[in-house]
Amino acid sequence: MTAPAPPLLAVNNLEVVYHHSVQVLKGLSLAVPEGRIVALLGSNGAGKTTALKAISGLLPLENGAIEAGAVTYRGQDLAGLLPHQIARRGIFQVREGRHVFEDLTVEENLLCATYARPSTPARWRRNAPGATGRGGKAVELDRVYDYFPRLRERRGGLGGYLSGGEQQMLAIGRALVAGPDLMLLDEPSLGLSPLLVEEIFAIVERINREQGTTILLVEQNAHMALQLASHGYIMENGKVVLDGPVERLRQDRDVQEFYLGRRGGQAKSYREVKHYKRRKRWLS
Amino acid sequence: MDLLLQLLASGAVTGCIYALIAIGFVVVYKATGVINFATGELMMLGSFFAWTAMTAAQVPFVAALLVAIAGAAAVGAVVERVVLRPLLGQRAISVIMVTIGLSSIFKGLAQILWSGEYRSFPPIWPRRPITLGPVLLPARQVYPSLIALAAILLLALLFRFTRTGTAMRATAADQATAFGMGIDIRRMFSLSWVLAAVSAAISGVVIGTIGGISPQLGAVGLRIFPVVILGGLDSIGGALVGGIVMGILENLAGGYLDPLLPGGGVKEVAPFVALVLILMVRPYGLFGTRDVERL
Ligand SMILES: Nc1ncnc2c1ncn2[C@@H]1O[C@H](COP(=O)(O)OP(=O)(O)O)[C@@H](O)[C@H]1O
Ligand SMILES: [Mg+2]
Repeated sequence: MTAPAPPLLAVNNLEVVYHHSVQVLKGLSLAVPEGRIVALLGSNGAGKTTALKAISGLLPLENGAIEAGAVTYRGQDLAGLLPHQIARRGIFQVREGRHVFEDLTVEENLLCATYARPSTPARWRRNAPGATGRGGKAVELDRVYDYFPRLRERRGGLGGYLSGGEQQMLAIGRALVAGPDLMLLDEPSLGLSPLLVEEIFAIVERINREQGTTILLVEQNAHMALQLASHGYIMENGKVVLDGPVERLRQDRDVQEFYLGRRGGQAKSYREVKHYKRRKRWLS
Repeated sequence: MDLLLQLLASGAVTGCIYALIAIGFVVVYKATGVINFATGELMMLGSFFAWTAMTAAQVPFVAALLVAIAGAAAVGAVVERVVLRPLLGQRAISVIMVTIGLSSIFKGLAQILWSGEYRSFPPIWPRRPITLGPVLLPARQVYPSLIALAAILLLALLFRFTRTGTAMRATAADQATAFGMGIDIRRMFSLSWVLAAVSAAISGVVIGTIGGISPQLGAVGLRIFPVVILGGLDSIGGALVGGIVMGILENLAGGYLDPLLPGGGVKEVAPFVALVLILMVRPYGLFGTRDVERL
């Protein structure tokens, strides 16, 4: 028997405060094993995006700080690293709301992500054969266009002129160029039509399978996320209230009621679900 | 008619130099959101670097220009690293105040190093004027403008077509996202100061070859401010058009209105009048983005 491999990413008892006063994460812990898709679910304001910012190093830019706890990646504490250093170590955040550079062309948007290309020999080897850094620009772009043929058609157009779905493709495409070991994907389905959501999720699954990219997927669309992921965490009010393999989560009555919009096998209207959400708090 | 053409041409030629000065403001503003009021003094320092190289070391003009560029780049990098980086994240207005302080320091430094005396460059440009159809322009006006135009072109190409330029535009558009994509935004800030200082230095040198230099040369930087606002603060193309428009306005006012008024001086005032009028119609400048802050 061998001991279970340590997770690629471990978040331990993380406490995050904004503006020295508002505590948003209150002892968040989670683990992301290498090669998997892990879902992080929870209602609006639970602190999911804050958790991702704490991992990627973007917190200080919004006057947020880690007050306690640690983020460990490949066994190393990420404390004190700046966002670009974390990106170059292989963690790439696809931010909520896409954050496409609107005045840059599609191709320029993708080019920017080459700055996150592997910075250590070990990562270079892991990313071979596409891992050619600067010189491999063409290879990187081709890979993106293989996943998102629509971006190839629009490569010369400005990011700001893309539709919402295309912008999400571009945001994920930038991550593909970076070739991260861990992708933090924040609400890729936000504001997209059901058809587009299906398309995007299928590609996320392909990226995980074909590129071997580990993915921490933040979603409000629990239904889709739990289909994709192997493990799920449910956050409420700054900490994890429930976690487990997705099969078990899908069976959980509370999850069915509040996140899958189902009770006694019947779909409930969104309005009703929201109503319940407001009244009931997890484990309290 | 010939007078009009003459005024237009000469105004456009002067305007190219205004545009390069304006771009010194624009590059830093775009990258960091700071209006660098030391831009004029960076011009002045650059011109003294070149003048010293030419007079003390007897190097040819092109070499002196390179000395000025290198010197200004170093000053820009040091200022960014020592003075501005510790202020990262502070309110833009505090940083703007610091740039005003820097401008006084640079002026004082120049006084100490070169005294307050007025200096002129050794003759560089041919004496023969340049004829373009009906228009006659002095060579010492045309060549400096061509240098300014070339510098503007190079900068624009750098921003548009290089990987670093693309990263600088990305940083200007969305710092957090650029940072998270592996772009070291502090390096981009530093680079923007270096580029701003270099463009200021080039404009300082070419202006110096036209009218001579003194530690007060930086005042030109403020006179250019209408161009910056007119162009919209955040666009190189805007600065170019703004500079040329301002150069022409100044010349037209000087050519047609000055003779009518006892004492003259319309030439100096015209750009500011135009500025007020244009800002009343378009508060964000001719080419600026809507959300650009105004002082
Ligand atoms: N930059 C910020 N400054 C202050 N409070 C913030 C900031 N970002 C988020 N918050 C607060 O933190 C809480 C969690 O936000 P967030 O992490 O975005 O939640 P989620 O992604 O789960 O919807 C919210 O109450 C939100 O108002
Ligand atoms: Mg969120």
